[in-house]
Amino acid sequence: MKGIIKKISEIDFGLMSPETIRKMSVTKIVTPDTYDEDGYPIEAGLMDPRLGVIDPGLKCRTCGSKGGDCQGHFGHINFARPVIHVGFADTIHKILRSTCRSCGRVLLNDTEKALYKDKLENKLANGEDISQLLKQIHVAAKKEKCPHCEEVQEEIKIDKPISIVEGNYKLTASEVRERLENIPEDDYIYVGINKEVARPEWMVLTVLPVPPVTVRPSITLETGERSEDDLTHKLVDILRINQRLKENMEAGAPQLIVEDLWELLQYHVTTYFDNEASGVPPARHRSGRPLKTLAQRLKGKEGRFRSNLAGKRVNFSARTVISPDPNLSINEVGVPEMIAKEITVPITVTEWNIDKMKEYIKNGSNVHPGANYIIRPDGRKIRVYDETKETAMENLEPGYIVERHIIDGDIVLFNRQPSLHRMSMMAHEVRVLPYKTFRLNLCVCPPYNADFDGDEMNMHVFQTPEARAEANDIMKVQEHILSPRYGGPIIGAIHDHITGAYLLTHKDTVFEEDKALQIVKRSKMPLPEAKGEPWTGKEIFSLLLPDKLNLVYKAEICRKCEECKAENCEYDAYVVISNGQLLQGVVDDKGYGSGSGKILDAIVKQFGASEARYFLDHATKLAVFGGVMQRGFTTGTADEEIPREAEERIAEQLEKSNQQVENLIQVYEDGELEALPGRSLRETLEMKIMQVLGEARDSTGVIAERYFSNSNSAVIMALTGARGSMLNLTQIATCVGQQAVRGGRINRGYIDRTLPHFHKGDVGAKASGFVNSSYKHGLDPLEFFFHAMGGREGLVDTAIRTAQSGYMQRRLVNALHDLSVHEDGTVRDNNGVIVQFKYGEDGINPARSDYGKVADLDKLIEEIRLESNATSK
Amino acid sequence: MKTDILQHNLVPEHVILSDEETEKVLEELNSTTDQLPKILPNDPVVKAIGANVGDVLKITRKSETAGIFVAYRIVRE
Repeated sequence: MKGIIKKISEIDFGLMSPETIRKMSVTKIVTPDTYDEDGYPIEAGLMDPRLGVIDPGLKCRTCGSKGGDCQGHFGHINFARPVIHVGFADTIHKILRSTCRSCGRVLLNDTEKALYKDKLENKLANGEDISQLLKQIHVAAKKEKCPHCEEVQEEIKIDKPISIVEGNYKLTASEVRERLENIPEDDYIYVGINKEVARPEWMVLTVLPVPPVTVRPSITLETGERSEDDLTHKLVDILRINQRLKENMEAGAPQLIVEDLWELLQYHVTTYFDNEASGVPPARHRSGRPLKTLAQRLKGKEGRFRSNLAGKRVNFSARTVISPDPNLSINEVGVPEMIAKEITVPITVTEWNIDKMKEYIKNGSNVHPGANYIIRPDGRKIRVYDETKETAMENLEPGYIVERHIIDGDIVLFNRQPSLHRMSMMAHEVRVLPYKTFRLNLCVCPPYNADFDGDEMNMHVFQTPEARAEANDIMKVQEHILSPRYGGPIIGAIHDHITGAYLLTHKDTVFEEDKALQIVKRSKMPLPEAKGEPWTGKEIFSLLLPDKLNLVYKAEICRKCEECKAENCEYDAYVVISNGQLLQGVVDDKGYGSGSGKILDAIVKQFGASEARYFLDHATKLAVFGGVMQRGFTTGTADEEIPREAEERIAEQLEKSNQQVENLIQVYEDGELEALPGRSLRETLEMKIMQVLGEARDSTGVIAERYFSNSNSAVIMALTGARGSMLNLTQIATCVGQQAVRGGRINRGYIDRTLPHFHKGDVGAKASGFVNSSYKHGLDPLEFFFHAMGGREGLVDTAIRTAQSGYMQRRLVNALHDLSVHEDGTVRDNNGVIVQFKYGEDGINPARSDYGKVADLDKLIEEIRLESNATSK
Repeated sequence: MKTDILQHNLVPEHVILSDEETEKVLEELNSTTDQLPKILPNDPVVKAIGANVGDVLKITRKSETAGIFVAYRIVRE
């Protein structure tokens, strides 16, 4: 595809002259009424038929095209007296302030003029921004006396929205316009006006363009009543006052009355443009609702830009609550039948599929694999009704397009907001299921960051074969198992999958053959050959591993001993896979977990995405049926129970630490504490106390750990990386530890103390937020208060962090969204301008890399060694 | 005293390419001169090596990912 690139060399922004407004107008609008008694639009009224038509049956009086094709035509209103445009009030004030009140010339002397002219022309020629320079000129052009005509200048102020006041006299719009007219063209540049496209006096309106009816359509209510658009209401107001003003002026009414009406006209025109201008009471509807005028249509989140241009509502999409379904493949998504019947895919009828298509039409739109519309080759779209479907089937022939329901196997796009990375939108295969929620495999929760506490997700259906092919090849879930963020799998086992795999592959797990084969069958895997003896869990798990897989790594349960015993690891944490056989070690989070699964990673990189999908789909089932469900797995507060003896030792330990803190404070108060380099004495004390208390909590954890049994569910979960951490268990069972605010111990509250329960100057452990109690025993009131302080800070931090990182991401995406990597490895923008000569300077796709590196040599060597060992045996 | 910035260890090596070399580089990259990244004529290194507007510089520098990386820039306002 070769695009035609046209470069926009420049854009001029200018003002519309009264002349242009009149020229583009198709009619002058005079009457404030819209329709006559018979309901026909009045000529020269706001609904004049020449302004365009909306009714598809009517023809436009101006352009002759039918309603819907005619985009409408502008009209105009001539003002009886000029009116200031709100949007330019500030600009007008600035211009008047830097020009002479009598001769109209800019208040710069000749040397200044020459200097700035030079600078301005230079910047303009280079296409640079002149707004800073204009600000300088604005400051320079404030003078007591005009340098040209010696006229003494009076101070010109702006009275909030639109009034311009000179000294004590409020200038009328006519006077303002006269002054602006008086400015010589050569001086325009100094106030920032390009004389080619604008004249300052055009900022004071003498004629108002009236937008076509297509911009402000009227709605007919069920009662037959007509309800006009807000803009029409406002224009009616403007016309009415304009009319009265004109009549009064012609009748020679007193100055006071004319001025009042003029003021009123100014108000209506102001609110017509912007109904939220500060200092102007907003114009209201009869019901008291403020009118939505021009500025309100464009501004803000719900305005035209952010809600209709930057983002749009789309067809062929659906949204509902999500829920889990472990029976689905990671590639699939369960779609409620209700949605499947509403959303369609266009299928061109051919000789080969015509019978199938007739079947769909026969089912109609209310029976599931049915069809909703038929598009004839001439482009006519016919809805399938029970009454018409017989004839529709008869007429069907190749070349027709049938919009059939989505069925199992269709490919759709699935998305969860916020869409922060590419894994937030992935292609899934449809499985039409009963009930009303989208169903998804648990392994795809991490990339979407989804859970099932009420999350909703969106689905979009591809409408062209090209889109489907592309989605199938590059957007499918299996193609995103490896994250480009760190070159490891982001889609993988979570929670119970990991516990289950650990229990299954644990060294004591042995099943009788019939049991083992039952587990394999339940996991929907092909049955292996019977061998007539019991199966170990490792053997069962090995059935899933590709035959040529060789791998060595340390499992999550590794204790990080001083000296690794490798193959002889007593915890079975050294994993060895040789020729697809799990010889040693347990499978846990490091094995196939989301974010760090080594086996999963190796399978994707060596055997491809399809193989990895197969492994993940079945390994998770195997873990559930063969691990968790065989043994039974539950956790409760009993898992954090420790014997009285342990509690005594913990209390002892905490008392000891508390004593240490007291000693430190004593040393500090005696002035015998030695300051650490770069720290004050107080800071040194604080650091030392923090260190002691940190160690205190950890040592209580160590004590508790010794009393936890090996079959303790909570401990299994923490060690295998399934859920929770040892720290969590420590806090529940032994001691919550130090609460922190702003990264240090708590010191705020009262003068020299945190709470009135302590002595002034008490910096001991308890007085600064150390929580001796465990969550299980419960906190005392003071501890609870400190805990709430720490907890609140955590909450506030996350709220701020999401807002900040969201904005950072927005800026980054805006800067980078056009860049793409080309075939030659260069990164270019949409003009072909090179940004990077080689992507990442090394041309490496991080998703295919080994955790960010091109290759992990040590790992490769180890694998080759294993492979040769295995083959020589 | 004026320091020679080219000797500074944070300043990578800049070489002015001859017309033939420029031609070759552009052909390799399948690009035109206006698609190359620019370097300002008042850039200290450009002044130090005496490059003129329109010259293409070959910049050889250390890279975190690739060890040594070669980039090209055209002297342009």
